[in-house]
Amino acid sequence: MFPELNNLLNTTPDQVEQGKLTLLCDAKTDGSFLVHHFLSFYLKANCKVCFVALIQSFSHYNIVGQKLGVSLTTARECGQLVFLEGLKSAVDVFFRPQEEPHPLQFLREANSGNLQPLYEFVQEALKPMDSGEAAWRCPVLLVDDLSVLLSLGVGAVAVLDFVHYCRATVCREWKGNVVALVHDSGDAEDEENDILLNGLGHQSHLILRAEGLATGFCKDVHGQLRILWRRSSQPTAQRDRSLTYQYKIQDKNVSFFAKGMSPAVL
Amino acid sequence: MPSDGCSNSLAVKAAAGAQFLGPNRGPRLSKNPRAPLTEVPTTTSAHPGSPCGSASAKDSVEWEGRSLLKALIKKSALCGEQVHILGCEVSEEEFREGFDSNINSRLVYHDLFRDPLNWSKTGEALPGGPLEALRALCRRTDPGPVTIALDSLSWLLLHLPCTTLCQTLHTLSRQDSCHGDSSPGEQVHVLGLLHEELHGPGPLGALSSLAQTEVTLSGALGQASAHILYRRPQQRPSHQMDPTTHLTFNLRLSKKEREAKDSLTLPFQFSSEKQQALLCPGLGQPTSHIFYEPDAYDDLDQEDPDDDLDV
Repeated sequence: MFPELNNLLNTTPDQVEQGKLTLLCDAKTDGSFLVHHFLSFYLKANCKVCFVALIQSFSHYNIVGQKLGVSLTTARECGQLVFLEGLKSAVDVFFRPQEEPHPLQFLREANSGNLQPLYEFVQEALKPMDSGEAAWRCPVLLVDDLSVLLSLGVGAVAVLDFVHYCRATVCREWKGNVVALVHDSGDAEDEENDILLNGLGHQSHLILRAEGLATGFCKDVHGQLRILWRRSSQPTAQRDRSLTYQYKIQDKNVSFFAKGMSPAVL
Repeated sequence: MPSDGCSNSLAVKAAAGAQFLGPNRGPRLSKNPRAPLTEVPTTTSAHPGSPCGSASAKDSVEWEGRSLLKALIKKSALCGEQVHILGCEVSEEEFREGFDSNINSRLVYHDLFRDPLNWSKTGEALPGGPLEALRALCRRTDPGPVTIALDSLSWLLLHLPCTTLCQTLHTLSRQDSCHGDSSPGEQVHVLGLLHEELHGPGPLGALSSLAQTEVTLSGALGQASAHILYRRPQQRPSHQMDPTTHLTFNLRLSKKEREAKDSLTLPFQFSSEKQQALLCPGLGQPTSHIFYEPDAYDDLDQEDPDDDLDV
């Protein structure tokens, strides 16, 4: 996790807000550093994490996680982390009997089905254990990323329904959190992606949007992060609703600074 | 003065900031000081005496509209109406937050949030899914003025065909005309929350035409603002005016003119008489001739007509 980002979001691993949906989106840049941040953050916060990783392999996230101070291997072994490696298990769908449900069952269906098997996988992974004492702080679902589901033939409404059910179960019933990454296609006319992005935006409590700089690439400033808080339970709170910062990604850290205040420029 | 052709519009045009998620996709809006949305101006309520009052609140990701919907619901509840809420997007506890017990007792929450598509198969879901739940609201028979709130119309529009939804909404708002003995005091108010960025202009236009009042939320520079569009109910005419009266030209035919018109054969109409005339050229019909006068340079050789070509 990046301590500076924690400061901006006003959270620490000891005080985790519960019952929230966080939307990560990126436009013209790579927002995966946010996924790594939240993965290591929630593991350090002693939460049970279900990570639906459709983009990269387990070892990729593990290597980055080690730089950020968490070991995914250890977390998986002790049961804190349930990892669905999309790239590997997608192949399993075709080599097992059709009666057994698989979380990525939609790959096998001709018409764009729904994501109910994936939801049931998440439900099974995060449901509170029957033993009286809670081993972990709260359940967390992390998805990297949802846009690829559109590319795999699932409709935007089906993805929204999946997130809806995750929200109803993980956020509302079990007081956990959901974090999902969606790419913004930007100028490319992608209606399905726009519906997904805006639909999730309306459901979210917190939106983190990583954008490339309008002026192009820069060695010292890699992009801009916009933070929007929504649906706060106290409507009269005079809280800053939207913040914008620029950032630079380093090997083990991301530094944030106000616009135009990069150390390289000052 | 408002320039969009509708009276009672309170918009004062001003520049709007960029929307949060991507380029500008919403309408340009006005500037009002941001006040906590607990009091609602009376212009948004239905005009008394109208057969139905339906209002839609359009919001965006950056400027959310649920608090406005809740404010309108609170207003209805304080007037003594019962409020039925079809809740698709938030849980019942979250929706009831912020209302005191007096208001909460008048709210009936039909929960489509927990299990709208019956995935859990525990039997707790509303039977028949979203459409049946919406139709059940049409069929409810408790007396007295009632407000029906749809949270949200966008969710319904994504899960039901647009035509079905519009027809059901039309039935919902015309409900009091179905009851034979409805008194003028019994009105059905329908409130809907719509997320503008999720739909194309077609469905948005269709839903707009059903709403009598539209409140569009936006803002600039950190201040929220609302654009209110109120359509005056149309006076339906008792008889249709005949557009062919009082013309400066004659549209009628006299009997002789009609006969001449009917007996006219059109030049390019292929009738059997014409077919016969073409197939058998009769006497007196001039056949065509070609008259050819060779000049000095023409070399007419019937054996080889192309002899003069240099090939």
